[in-house]
Amino acid sequence: MKYDAQDCRLVDVKQLTPTIYDFRLQNADLAALTRPGQFVQVYVPGKTLRRPISVCDVEGDVIRIVFEVRGEGTELLSHTRTGENINIIAPLGKGFELDPHKKTIFIGGGIGVPPMLYSARQCGKNAVVINGFRNRNAMILSEDFGKTAGKLIVTTDDGSFGIHGFVTQPLEEEIGSAEMICACGPTPMLKNIARMAREHGVPCQVSLEQRMACGIGACLGCAVAVKRDDGTTCYQHVCKDGPVFNAEEVAW
Amino acid sequence: MADLSVNIAGVHFNNPIIAASGTIGFGREYSEFYPLSVFGGISCKGTTLKERPGNPPPRIAETPMGMLNAVGLQNPGVEHFIREDLPWLKQQNTVAIANVAGSTQDDYCRMAEILSETDIDMIELNISCPNVKEGGVQFGTSCESVAAITRAVRACCKKPLIIKLSPNVTDIASIAKAAESEGADAVSLINTLTGMRIDINTRRPIITNVTGGMSGPAVFPVAVRMVWQVKKAVNIPVIGMGGVTTWKDAVEIMMAGADAIQIGTALFTDPYAPVRIAEGLNKYLDDHGMQSVTELTGTVIA
Repeated sequence: MKYDAQDCRLVDVKQLTPTIYDFRLQNADLAALTRPGQFVQVYVPGKTLRRPISVCDVEGDVIRIVFEVRGEGTELLSHTRTGENINIIAPLGKGFELDPHKKTIFIGGGIGVPPMLYSARQCGKNAVVINGFRNRNAMILSEDFGKTAGKLIVTTDDGSFGIHGFVTQPLEEEIGSAEMICACGPTPMLKNIARMAREHGVPCQVSLEQRMACGIGACLGCAVAVKRDDGTTCYQHVCKDGPVFNAEEVAW
Repeated sequence: MADLSVNIAGVHFNNPIIAASGTIGFGREYSEFYPLSVFGGISCKGTTLKERPGNPPPRIAETPMGMLNAVGLQNPGVEHFIREDLPWLKQQNTVAIANVAGSTQDDYCRMAEILSETDIDMIELNISCPNVKEGGVQFGTSCESVAAITRAVRACCKKPLIIKLSPNVTDIASIAKAAESEGADAVSLINTLTGMRIDINTRRPIITNVTGGMSGPAVFPVAVRMVWQVKKAVNIPVIGMGGVTTWKDAVEIMMAGADAIQIGTALFTDPYAPVRIAEGLNKYLDDHGMQSVTELTGTVIA
């Protein structure tokens, strides 16, 4: 079994900000299969399409997801109560390829921060984490990253916490000694990180988003343009070929 | 246990539930959930003579009880399908249906010729795709064009031929009759309804292609009505689809006149939909003392 659609018991709910929720879903079989950077497709009663949400962490038999309320579907999902079942298809997609012995910079922007937790854990002290938020009130998971990573740097757009500015500022200082970069967040941020990685000759993996239907690579809905070896571009799919892509492959 | 098997144009299906083209690829991804024999048949991703890249993203938008898609027939081409996917699919104990699309009549004929030399079980002619600039639905919206392409493909197609009909027409029954009169072995309907959504913050269409094909539970009543109209007009088998999600929907669209059904969008909501539909159909038939699922077809009292 690579993935399956199964019920999970919602064993813990936390609200991290006015719009961000932290769910712990219990399912030993699916948790055992889940790798850093993968995602789950969450069924929301009354909605035709499932919601793709990245895996924040795996804790024994628990899959932890942290998601933002962006529309009706995630709003409905946020009302699920502890003890109720949530049906997910998991684990899905190709996650980050990590080497625990390499100094790896993990960069998350906003709601792109959660998938970095399980990923950074794999590198322990070799993980340098740079998390960027709009402001102090939007900041999430700093305590978790503090326990996990060798170094944690936080930036805010308005300077209300940590470094005033974008994640690319501290990246400039850290990139010299980096052997790998992993990033998830808004496309302009990823594009800038990919450019800096190329300039410094550091391999870079980016986790992408796209409107999605099946989640498993059958419907070809969640297309992303990638470069082929012959210089032409073609469409691959976030759900099956990604969500993690080599930044050099992506036709930004 | 009632008999769920059906016969469509001489082809035996273990049950009347067929995966709809474009929702299941060539089957591999869903075989991770269950053996593909849970489906009576699989209509493969719409295939063209040469590889097609498909439309730029976003290709998907959700709608109330449904969705829009504008994938644009992304596929690796018919030769790739025959070489890489068909041999595997033929081992899955389900009817293999090739869904064929093209830009010109010659494309369709060439595809039918090529596929006639393979062990594909049936060919479904896609003259109803709303998401490509050339071909697709332009062949499917008038009786004359449907008659012409059916006649041309029939002449070079040695496999049972299903014509997949568009709902974006004024009189679907006369179009079905046109297909039947030129030798179609069956018709399948409905393909998606053309729709559009706009992001009110950016004023831009959500789908880059601007319009997309609407599917899901929201279109089900339209599908039931059109299946009912077509069944009254033709004597060839009718494969009903459009928003079929539960076993109750399957019973309903069969009562309207469907000899078999296709499910598509329901797979996205619940990959196990075909398993639940088969169980529910069986129980309904048992509860009503019916021996065969074929006893449901066209039994609406109207």
